[in-house]
Amino acid sequence: MKNNPQNLLRFTAAERANHWLVAICFVLVALSGLVFFYPAFYPLSQLFGGGVWARILHPFIGLLLFAAFGLMFVKFRDLNRITATDREWLRHTRELLNGDEQGLPEAGKFNGGQKLLFWLLVACVALLLLSGIVIWRAYFSPLFPLWLIRLAAVVHAAAGAGMIALILGHIYMGIWTSESMAGMLYGQVRRPWARLHHRAWFRQMTGDDQ
Amino acid sequence: MALQSLDIKRRSATTTPSAGIRSTPELAKLIDVSKCIGCKACQAACMEWNDLRDDIGTTAGTYDNPRDLTEHSWTVMRFAEVEPEPGRLEWLIRKDGCMHCADPGCLKACPAPGAVVQYHNGIVDFHEEHCIGCGYCVTGCPFNIPRLSRADAKVYKCTLCADRVAVGLEPACVKTCPTGAIMFGTKTDMLKQAAGRITDLKRRGFAKAGVYDPKGVGGTHVIYLLQHADRPELYSDLPDNPSISPMVSLWKGAVKPLTSLAFGMIAVGAFFHYLVKGPNRVPEEREQEVDQ
Ligand code: HEM
Ligand code: SF4
Repeated sequence: MKNNPQNLLRFTAAERANHWLVAICFVLVALSGLVFFYPAFYPLSQLFGGGVWARILHPFIGLLLFAAFGLMFVKFRDLNRITATDREWLRHTRELLNGDEQGLPEAGKFNGGQKLLFWLLVACVALLLLSGIVIWRAYFSPLFPLWLIRLAAVVHAAAGAGMIALILGHIYMGIWTSESMAGMLYGQVRRPWARLHHRAWFRQMTGDDQ
Repeated sequence: MALQSLDIKRRSATTTPSAGIRSTPELAKLIDVSKCIGCKACQAACMEWNDLRDDIGTTAGTYDNPRDLTEHSWTVMRFAEVEPEPGRLEWLIRKDGCMHCADPGCLKACPAPGAVVQYHNGIVDFHEEHCIGCGYCVTGCPFNIPRLSRADAKVYKCTLCADRVAVGLEPACVKTCPTGAIMFGTKTDMLKQAAGRITDLKRRGFAKAGVYDPKGVGGTHVIYLLQHADRPELYSDLPDNPSISPMVSLWKGAVKPLTSLAFGMIAVGAFFHYLVKGPNRVPEEREQEVDQ
């Protein structure tokens, strides 16, 4: 992307660093979590130095993810309030996937889909932390009754799988929507991009009525 | 402990068959509670054969010593003073340890390939060199048997002396029991043996004497002969109808391979969406609408 003084600042350096810290933690925690999820994924343990290391590292990286995600939560919570417009936006998912944004209501800094993703991720991370502590045998499991450990194992596996599915979708939207990755990498987006995908935010940023 | 001379029927976290062209008869250890005098010779023999020494603990005012199974104590005598009928005191002593289930919850739960194995003869064994120390087997076991060692983060439990059995010996506890309360042989023989003893016990006033070979876990390869088979809970809370918890079955069930498939389908679906729809670029005519 050309460095154009007209570009709009979408994410500050701190926000970008925060996002990519969460992303790196997620990749590590997802790959190591899959090791325990199903035998087909067991070879992924080699990426971490074997099954024992995957078992040791996973929960600690999970805690780091939780901390980094927590910062993002505080920072972006207010921007992700779901409004009636967002609900309307969500009803147009099919058109969006066809690449036709004409009929969509104007999105703010984040659109309805991004906001929904945000809250689903908040739910997943909260569940993963709580259940992860309970199934963390080395330190915490002995503090909990067996039925709760069994429940937590199911919750952790389900929330982990859910989060992986959500992030796969998130990654794809980032790739498919040209230039949006640049926003998270370099912080800036071009005006036509902002106007097309986030019209309400574009107006707010430019004071422009177009 | 690994012993290749025994034929492996099933291994944990493995979705293809294990080597299985041979089959050996199913074996079982029969523990006749009505003959046990609580001398703990079997506990000592277990420590001796497996070369294990537990820490010296503290007493809780009962004969239970140590108080619970540990990574060093693979079998523990549990002493219960109960009154099955009012005024009739009985001292029921149960040798606790792995039951070697036909359908083992530990094997089902374990995520590490080959860390839990089941031999054709029915013995369920841990291969510690494959164990990653997650403790999932502890979560899966319906009898609360496996113990995770703090020292090396591996799990341990009774092996039914798989190493001795492989070379034609009986387990160490069986060998040592002075009253003959622990017997070992093919499961068929052990059930036959038990049937004779049950007739005997019934004649002597134990109307509900019977075998504990719980069907919920497919039967076990350690079976008890109980004076009160209708009330297993009298024997230091032996579970009445144990089975793999529905939670564990859900956790380890068919949903997982299906979810794994779904991950793949999301990725493939996204790729084809990209191919069919092309990238979502800002169209040329929209570029003009904004002064840059
Ligand atoms: C928030 C902090 C987290 C903690 C404390 C935690 C802890 C754990 C623990 C203790 C285990 C068992 C294996 C082991 O002992 O290492 C586990 C398994 C797993 N974790 Fe996490 N985890 C966390 C976050 C996550 C996240 C964010 C994901 C998202 C992908 C995830 C996905 C998984 C999966 C898929 C498994 C295997 C579950 C199974 O099927 O048994 N975890 N986690
Ligand atoms: S009793 Fe528990 S530890 Fe033993 S084989 Fe069965 S499930 Fe595994």
